[in-house]
Amino acid sequence: MKKKLWMLISAAGILLMFFGILRGEADTVLKKAILICLECIGIG
Amino acid sequence: MVKKPPVKLHVRFRGLIQLFFAVLTNSFITGFIAGKIYKGDLKRVCAPGLNCYSCPGAVLACPIGALQAVVSSRAFNISLYVGGFLLLVGATLGRFVCGFLCPFGMIQEWLYKIPFPWKKNHFKGDRQLRYLKYVMLAVLVILLPTFMVNATGTGSPTFCKYVCPAGTLEGAIPLVLLSGSAQAKTISSVIGGGIPAASAEMAFPQLQFDLPGSSLAPQYDIGFLFYWKMFILIAVVLISVVNWRPFCKYLCPLGAIYGMMNPISLYRLRMDDDLCIHCHKCAKACKTCLDPEHRQNEAECVRCGDCVKVCPTGALSLGFGDKKTNKVPAPNRQALK
Repeated sequence: MKKKLWMLISAAGILLMFFGILRGEADTVLKKAILICLECIGIG
Repeated sequence: MVKKPPVKLHVRFRGLIQLFFAVLTNSFITGFIAGKIYKGDLKRVCAPGLNCYSCPGAVLACPIGALQAVVSSRAFNISLYVGGFLLLVGATLGRFVCGFLCPFGMIQEWLYKIPFPWKKNHFKGDRQLRYLKYVMLAVLVILLPTFMVNATGTGSPTFCKYVCPAGTLEGAIPLVLLSGSAQAKTISSVIGGGIPAASAEMAFPQLQFDLPGSSLAPQYDIGFLFYWKMFILIAVVLISVVNWRPFCKYLCPLGAIYGMMNPISLYRLRMDDDLCIHCHKCAKACKTCLDPEHRQNEAECVRCGDCVKVCPTGALSLGFGDKKTNKVPAPNRQALK
């Protein structure tokens, strides 16, 4: 039962990731992560 | 005499695994030399644990930073990408990530190893305080970045900005130390032989050293926010000496997410009731004050394996699925008590 639940959640996770990448979320993450986020670390 | 059953290798060498992953996720060495951060495509991918992407060595994105970056952007209000990643990792590993793959958790554990006569893991209000991390997740990671937006429709990464001590330790402090005159000194000492910083820049032009006085030199605003975050970091560091992983227990929103997945995660703490001799050694060994004999997959369990190590019969084990272990035959159990 737990294994089935894991498979269901994992499949949902992979699908969400896929659609997230399709709509450009990974690019948003990249844009934020490659610049030093001064406000994130409290020096800007 | 009955021999104590062996503990799985990954549990025995957890400290080494933690160190390996901390180095692996912060392996951009040139960043530490030049005061720069990694700008490659790998940063589209989230690290499983809390690891600031403004750390000079970070090669992956922090999942909590990434989540706030997406929900605070003008284009999106929810993050399918980061949400899906957290679902997948959480459902598979749960808080194994906290115990094995999180660099900031490792640092807190090192601090706890500092000898101190007064170690305190159980105190009045401890249980209630642990709900604070869910408030952090809901308010500072999701609600405020999504809805508290400026005129352009962009929000702010409020958890990173006002709380996250990992960002201060891994991002702010190295970057401030590597900038200005301190940076020049660091570059010389790292490259060795008292080579001036300017020589270092000539030798490694691809690194684009931000030398003091050059147009590239970063101007960091060391103001109230920096001191506030330094205060939080120092508090976490000091408390970590007396209390085991306080940030993970009380503040970490990533721990809150993985904790919610702990009861259903594929990687789990397993209990073989037939082997348990009710010696309560597991509960005494647990630094998060849990009772593994009766509840194995609580949200607070970071899968450190301390209970597994002290279990004399092998009734407790860590692994994927619900497989039971029968390491010690029933007649020998009393001899282990």
